[in-house]
Amino acid sequence: MSVWFILIQVLNGIQYGLLLFLVASGLTLIFGLMGIINLAHGSFYMLGAYLAYWLTGATGSFALAIVLAIPLAAVVGLVLEAGLLRTLYRRSHLDQVLLTYGLILIFNEGQRLLWGGDVHSVAIPELLTGSVRLTETLSYPVYRLWVSLVCLALAGAMYLVIQRTRFGMLIRAGACDRDMVAALGIDVKLLFAAVFAAGTVLAAVSGAIAAPLSSVGPGMGDTVLILCFVVVVIGGVGNIKGTFFGALLIGLADTFGKVLIPDLASFMVYAVMAAVLLWKPRGLFA
Amino acid sequence: MTKPFIAAQGVHSYYGPSHVLHGVDFRVNRGETVALMGRNGMGKSTLLKSLLGIVKPRDGEVRVGGTVMTGRPTSRIVRMGIAYVPEGRGIFPSLTVREHLLMVARRGAEGRRDWDYHRVLETFPRLAERLDNFGHHLSGGEQQMLSIGRALMTNPELLILDEATEGLAPLIRREIWRVIAAIKQTGIATVIVDKNAHVLLDLADRHVILVKGTVAYDGHADALKANPEILERTIGL
Ligand SMILES: Nc1ncnc2c1ncn2[C@@H]1O[C@H](COP(=O)(O)OP(=O)(O)OP(=O)(O)O)[C@@H](O)[C@H]1O
Ligand SMILES: [Mg+2]
Repeated sequence: MSVWFILIQVLNGIQYGLLLFLVASGLTLIFGLMGIINLAHGSFYMLGAYLAYWLTGATGSFALAIVLAIPLAAVVGLVLEAGLLRTLYRRSHLDQVLLTYGLILIFNEGQRLLWGGDVHSVAIPELLTGSVRLTETLSYPVYRLWVSLVCLALAGAMYLVIQRTRFGMLIRAGACDRDMVAALGIDVKLLFAAVFAAGTVLAAVSGAIAAPLSSVGPGMGDTVLILCFVVVVIGGVGNIKGTFFGALLIGLADTFGKVLIPDLASFMVYAVMAAVLLWKPRGLFA
Repeated sequence: MTKPFIAAQGVHSYYGPSHVLHGVDFRVNRGETVALMGRNGMGKSTLLKSLLGIVKPRDGEVRVGGTVMTGRPTSRIVRMGIAYVPEGRGIFPSLTVREHLLMVARRGAEGRRDWDYHRVLETFPRLAERLDNFGHHLSGGEQQMLSIGRALMTNPELLILDEATEGLAPLIRREIWRVIAAIKQTGIATVIVDKNAHVLLDLADRHVILVKGTVAYDGHADALKANPEILERTIGL
């Protein structure tokens, strides 16, 4: 196995990890702030991928598809939050899991009705079709590098919002004591709705930019959801920094697992999770 | 008679089945300092929470600036110009001192900006030394100063202080009282709940004493000082 081959797997692993981070960060923020376990979060990823497929076809432009997918996903998030999840904030986790599991079924059925059971593909946009030549036989696709850069930029933006803006301070404060935040005159319902919509958009954007890398098909949200839960658990619930490094770790574990032991690919991810939890039961940075 | 800034009438509040406030009337006029007194468990904190909508009164009415606000969301009520320094201080462990202050900065009624970041830090020089410290790294006294400073950052008409000197060293306690007296001078109305009745007798314009969720006394300090048996009967002083 050459150094270049390993480098390629590392790049792939990081790229997948960064993508997982964008999805998992919404999951962990929503859980940390509102105490909601949202199983339908993977469906938002799938929604993004299908929107990319559908809108690219309709408009002829992948870039335009992403731009349009953002407000659509935000609306879906806002409607679900106001119509369903809001009723769950003070309810048990079992109620939340039941309702959001129901949402997965609805999303899957909706996907079948709208787009059928076939697997689709989305073309890589013209500008990003090239690849970087590494050796005589090996090269690395520009699009994957672009995905990594977009994810990194979004992660950086998220860091700045959470650490530097009032909105971010309110999110962190709300995760500690939402009643006190309300007593300071902040509309907590509005805050929750905004965070939920932001989480939905992040997951959908991840699905959209991942669409040209993988196929767009039924059930594609499920794998991501499960990996994201692993990421959230090893990152420490509500911990964004932990989620970031946890996602990179799982992205690499999943990628190397598939290359090294294809028969037991998913085993690698759980082995890493078990190891992390034995070492740090409350998450990487707890 | 001056119009009250906040007025509760016939308020009944419960925690589940337990009936805590039994028809309480309570008002604070603009600029007035009211001491709310009573033994442990008599319902002082519950009355404050009922005013703020944190506990929703099951019966009765709360008006703020003449508008009926009973049952409205806490954030709406607070936005009418109330700042709350709760029992236990309500400091966020994972936010720095600076963030606590900046997070809630806003103009008061008619765009008033009497209180801002710099004035709060002048008032509490100790906070200025600890700007980058997280909430859980502060001493009790510093947390209390921060809680009051944060409240002032909203430029309130009414400041509600629940046990603001509880559990503090005498020196810090004196510092807090100094600041409360200074706040009073600026014309902000205050409701103060505190174990230290003697300080309150000198500081407050009016005293309200709760006994088992009802108002046992509502009157001026002079009347209380002239009739010490009232204090003895109601709070055992
Ligand atoms: N969250 C709650 N759930 C149930 N009962 C409560 C709750 N908070 C207070 N109580 C009860 O309500 C009554 C009034 O409590 P409250 O906190 O208003 O009293 P207080 O006058 O503020 O007392 P203290 O001086 O101890 O702060 C007490 O009997 C108390 O046990
Ligand atoms: Mg109390």
